[in-house]
Amino acid sequence: MSTHAATHDDAQHDDVPKGFVHRWLFATNHKDIGTMYLVLALVMFFVGGTMAMVIRAELFEPGLQLVQPYFFNELTTLHGLVMIFGAIMPALVGLANWQIPLMIGAPDMALPRMNNLSFWIMPFAFLLMLSTLFMPGGAIAGGWVMYPPLILQTGESLAFTIFAIHLMGISSIMGSINIIATILNLRAPGVDLLKMPLFVWTWLITAFLLIAIMPVLAGAVTMLLTDKYFGTNFFNAAGGGDVLLYEHVFWFFGHPEVYVMILPAFGVISEVIPTFARKPLFGYKPMVYATASIAFLSFIVWAHHMFTVGLPVGAQLFFMYATMLIAVPTGVKVFNWVATMWKGSMTFETPMLFAVAFVILFTIGGFSGLMLGLVPADYQYHNSYFVVAHFHYVLVTGAAFGIMTGVYYWLPKWSGHMYSERWGKIHFWLSVISVNVLFFPQHFLGLAGMPRRIPDYNVAFADWNMVSSIGGFVFGATQLIFVGNIIYTVYFAKNQAPARVWEGAHGLEWEVPSPAPHHTFSTPPEIKPGMLAHGDIAH
Amino acid sequence: MSQQVGSYYVPHGSRWPIIAAIGLFVFMWGAAHWLDGITPEGPVLLFSGLAILIFMFFGWFGEVIRESLKGVYSAQVDTSFRMGMMWFIFSEVMFFAAFFGALFYSRGLQVPWLAGEGHGALTNFFLFRHYTGGWPTNGPASVGGPFETVPPWGEPLINTLILLSSSVTITIAHHALRDGNRRRMLPWLVATPILGMLFVYFQAREYMDAYTHLNLTLHSGIYGATFFMLTGFHGLHVTLGSIMLWVIAYRAWRGHFSKEHHFAFEAVAWYWHFVDIVWLGLFLFVYIM
Amino acid sequence: MTQPVLPTAQPSVSRRVVRALLAMASVLPAFPALANPQHPSAWQINLTRGDSGLSHDVWDLHMAVFWVCVCIGIVVYGVLVYSLFKFRKSKGAKPDTGFTHHTLLEVVWTTIPVLILIGLAYPASRLLVYENNTAGSQLTVKVTGVQWLWRYDYVDYLGQPIRHVGLISKLAEDSNEARQGVPGISPWNIKSKSGVRDYLLNVTEPLVVPTHTKIQFLITSVDVIHGFWVPALGWQADAIPGQIHDAWGEFDNPGTYRGQCAQLCGQDHAYMPIVIKAVPRSEFQQWLADRESKAHMDVISRTAQVVRASETQPQG
Ligand code: HEA
Ligand code: HEA
Ligand code: CUA
Ligand SMILES: [Cu+2]
Repeated sequence: MSTHAATHDDAQHDDVPKGFVHRWLFATNHKDIGTMYLVLALVMFFVGGTMAMVIRAELFEPGLQLVQPYFFNELTTLHGLVMIFGAIMPALVGLANWQIPLMIGAPDMALPRMNNLSFWIMPFAFLLMLSTLFMPGGAIAGGWVMYPPLILQTGESLAFTIFAIHLMGISSIMGSINIIATILNLRAPGVDLLKMPLFVWTWLITAFLLIAIMPVLAGAVTMLLTDKYFGTNFFNAAGGGDVLLYEHVFWFFGHPEVYVMILPAFGVISEVIPTFARKPLFGYKPMVYATASIAFLSFIVWAHHMFTVGLPVGAQLFFMYATMLIAVPTGVKVFNWVATMWKGSMTFETPMLFAVAFVILFTIGGFSGLMLGLVPADYQYHNSYFVVAHFHYVLVTGAAFGIMTGVYYWLPKWSGHMYSERWGKIHFWLSVISVNVLFFPQHFLGLAGMPRRIPDYNVAFADWNMVSSIGGFVFGATQLIFVGNIIYTVYFAKNQAPARVWEGAHGLEWEVPSPAPHHTFSTPPEIKPGMLAHGDIAH
Repeated sequence: MSQQVGSYYVPHGSRWPIIAAIGLFVFMWGAAHWLDGITPEGPVLLFSGLAILIFMFFGWFGEVIRESLKGVYSAQVDTSFRMGMMWFIFSEVMFFAAFFGALFYSRGLQVPWLAGEGHGALTNFFLFRHYTGGWPTNGPASVGGPFETVPPWGEPLINTLILLSSSVTITIAHHALRDGNRRRMLPWLVATPILGMLFVYFQAREYMDAYTHLNLTLHSGIYGATFFMLTGFHGLHVTLGSIMLWVIAYRAWRGHFSKEHHFAFEAVAWYWHFVDIVWLGLFLFVYIM
Repeated sequence: MTQPVLPTAQPSVSRRVVRALLAMASVLPAFPALANPQHPSAWQINLTRGDSGLSHDVWDLHMAVFWVCVCIGIVVYGVLVYSLFKFRKSKGAKPDTGFTHHTLLEVVWTTIPVLILIGLAYPASRLLVYENNTAGSQLTVKVTGVQWLWRYDYVDYLGQPIRHVGLISKLAEDSNEARQGVPGISPWNIKSKSGVRDYLLNVTEPLVVPTHTKIQFLITSVDVIHGFWVPALGWQADAIPGQIHDAWGEFDNPGTYRGQCAQLCGQDHAYMPIVIKAVPRSEFQQWLADRESKAHMDVISRTAQVVRASETQPQG
């Protein structure tokens, strides 16, 4: 096969750089950079997870046991920021780095040196942000949304955090530019836009979202900076400004941001389900259009995070309708996944298990999202644990499960070894049970009236909180299995994974050997019938 | 869609990106210290970071230029660069959009509400009963004291003409380059950053005037905030653009660009046009209206 | 032996875990069960219906959208779970690789959700408009969030302006001691006179309002954003500095209705509860008259204090 020829060809100058510094610090190889992103994400998942464990431990019982209220708020704030910017996003970028060139038959990312810069900014940004925990006044403690005026009461750490966010923004923008250029410019001949794997499509759209919103976040926090340090009055009504201006600008970023975290996960699921159903993705084109519609709609729903601020009724109605509308394209995705399984021939290896759990649990999160979208109902749900439950369903059992799906699915391709299926299944079942024990009762707490971001609560909330905390500890501990399995696969597994790891897998990434050689597709592969997952099926 | 490709150039390891990351980190770290009044660490770190960044730019771009001159960049690589620059400019558009959004929101909605229009009736009645709004304004509390605005038909108009003509000069230079007419290109190219610097000079004068005579400062309520944020960031872009133009002019003088092959030139030209267009928006919405 | 002498002991962890498991088993059938409108109760799993027509409407909307989601869920999960069992390779299922698109299906499952959503949007919009219409209110109370207490000022009642009646509502003393870990007092044994365990849900002085009265709340703040949330009213409203946020509510029955600040407002965000005491109108009138005559000077000085505090609050 021509690809094999190509890779043999590669083997001759398959020069993996020697030495740690050369290979990792100076990396330009998309696979190495992808690996670094994934490792960073895993580390940050544990950092953010450790904070979550302290939060859950403090909330185990009413009364203050472990931490002081202010420190609790620091933890909540940093937990949100670390998980979003440090765990979920880098993990998705890591998947993109590894997979996109493999999936479209490109030799690497379009701008490899900039790719390195995008990555290396991130650890420094987190150094900057997390260092504030050890500063005299403590870290910022106004929630990850950083609303003024509260956030302007922060001490020294505000400037540090804002600059860290600027850095992350720069990194995301460069990363996205790279992804767009790669997809639009480096596809092998024959990989037409509408034949690209859905994962590539979702990332193309996500990258566009990111370039559109990260600068807006930068603008929002820059205004915070000048209000705090240069005496401007953007957010001060006495000077003609408005605190709601910040909320508008922030959520103009913030809402598309949540789709940034879910769309690539949708992409992963859209790869995995067809593989294990042994049947091409159902409704490929509607899937692409649905993704684009979600992205478009995400720009006009931001004020659903601000229903309780007292907007004019007309505005509330507009944002309610737009928000509800998002359920339609998202539904299209869910229905198409189900239809892909329909009349398939399914097996349930770990990636498939996670993918099925994703479909079910993400949908629960979507349902609560829809409930939140109805303004009069949101007047009751807002800022309660109901919201916390909603977004952990879409973020943990959505985005994070999606990432885990992708890791199990592609790890054999990356490492050349099969992970332990047994431990994968154990990890799955423990996760899926405990995560529901962790987050489902939070719906109840919110409905019963427990506000979010509190370290201490009335005794009526004690029982469900205890249940939730227990679920949390089990879920946290279970993630150690995940790490263990990865380490085992990469360093200890003796088995050799075949090129086409999964029986039903289609797509260019399965045409190269496992582990994928350091350089792949130095010359574009010649696409033969059956090599692509989509588009060359005869009709 | 995808064109026939030969071999795409993939650089083999580079130390510049991580130096850039370190430089950025040190720079930002210093800036944060400085803002918090932690001296001398703040300025020392900030300038060290800046030094690292400058060093990095020379190194990184030097490498790219050498590679480009060696001819390792295929047309496809060139396309990647172009896309990169285009999307970067798009991100800049969104950055300015945030501040323009702030201006439109404050002026179009918030100030009228504070003055009691429509939705804001109760707010005005209970909190700011004597406030009547209007634009320019520094809010109900008249934060920063009475001030005057910069008249649009003085320096701002001059600056508009300067920027517009700089767009013309760079376009002439570009055409000359495409015609292979070096003689004609160089003077027009050099004229462009000179105009840019002239713009910055006039803006600096305008700021000075605002602070010393008009009492228009960063502290002047929402008007001062939006005015300085928008014009300030724009001025920063003009400054950076001018520096980029000098670099391009130097490279043109050294004969780096050929008729067909001059991505760097075009990228900077795009950037310059973008800065120009933003200015037109500013001139219209900040100064005239 | 009418009054228990010993403080109520905290149930043992193991017993509470067992109860948790039992409760989880009964979650589904119990979901629509009503909750006490006045305060949260242990193991509560659903929203309170509140205590007025407005809050009942909100509850109805909440339940409507909940059941819509349940129904859609049953259909979607039904098909999904069916496929999981039916189309397994181990059961010999052969993939039908031709079944990859179906235009009619796509149209159907785009249209039906749209119709469902229109069905939901209609009542939601009506309720929203109703909820945002404060016209015709009989009592106006200005609510001001302060780090970390609430200040209430009575503005007018039955068209008559009220002068200098206001009160400051802070976390109750016993809760305050308990949260600071004063020995011998635990969250579990703090109780109101009527036996409600009101740890962190009790204040020094509640807001007093009449029943069967459309009350307009003018909500604002002097420092950071707070959130005025009493679930029984059926809504919450952010208290935003430099803005008056108006909303209205009503109580049908006398009682003590409890809520909390819902918007993160700094270190004591968890410690600024809201308590509204609804009393019959006659009683309210009496109370108001008392306040108007007696406490004038006192309130004036306190008002001045708060205002001064707000003026010196760092801004920007
Ligand atoms: C991955 C992240 C993610 C995703 C995908 C979503 C998806 C959605 N979210 Fe969520 N959301 C968050 C992350 C996310 N959200 C976060 C982090 C917050 C809190 C931020 C903070 O305050 O800190 C939040 C908060 C939030 C709020 C504000 C709550 C409040 O603070 O008061 C609202 C309100 O409308 C909302 C709505 C929605 C809706 C309608 C969707 C929809 O996209 C869901 C669509 C999906 C479905 C509906 C299910 C599948 C569809 C079908 C099976 C079709 C048929 C269905 C119907 C016809 C109903 N979200
Ligand atoms: C983006 C993704 C993301 C992810 C993956 C998570 C994961 C988790 N979150 Fe997160 N969360 C947010 C995003 C996320 N969260 C956001 C945006 C907020 C809002 C912040 C704000 O209000 O501003 C929030 C807020 C939030 C709250 C509300 C805090 C409050 O309002 O005061 C809670 C409380 O339970 C919580 C819990 C958890 C838990 C238990 C997990 C678990 O899934 C974590 C599991 C992972 C681990 C535990 C790490 C791995 C294991 C170890 C470290 C081993 C050691 C552990 C043991 C031995 C037990 N989160
Ligand atoms: Cu006040 Cu939270
Ligand atoms: Cu949203």
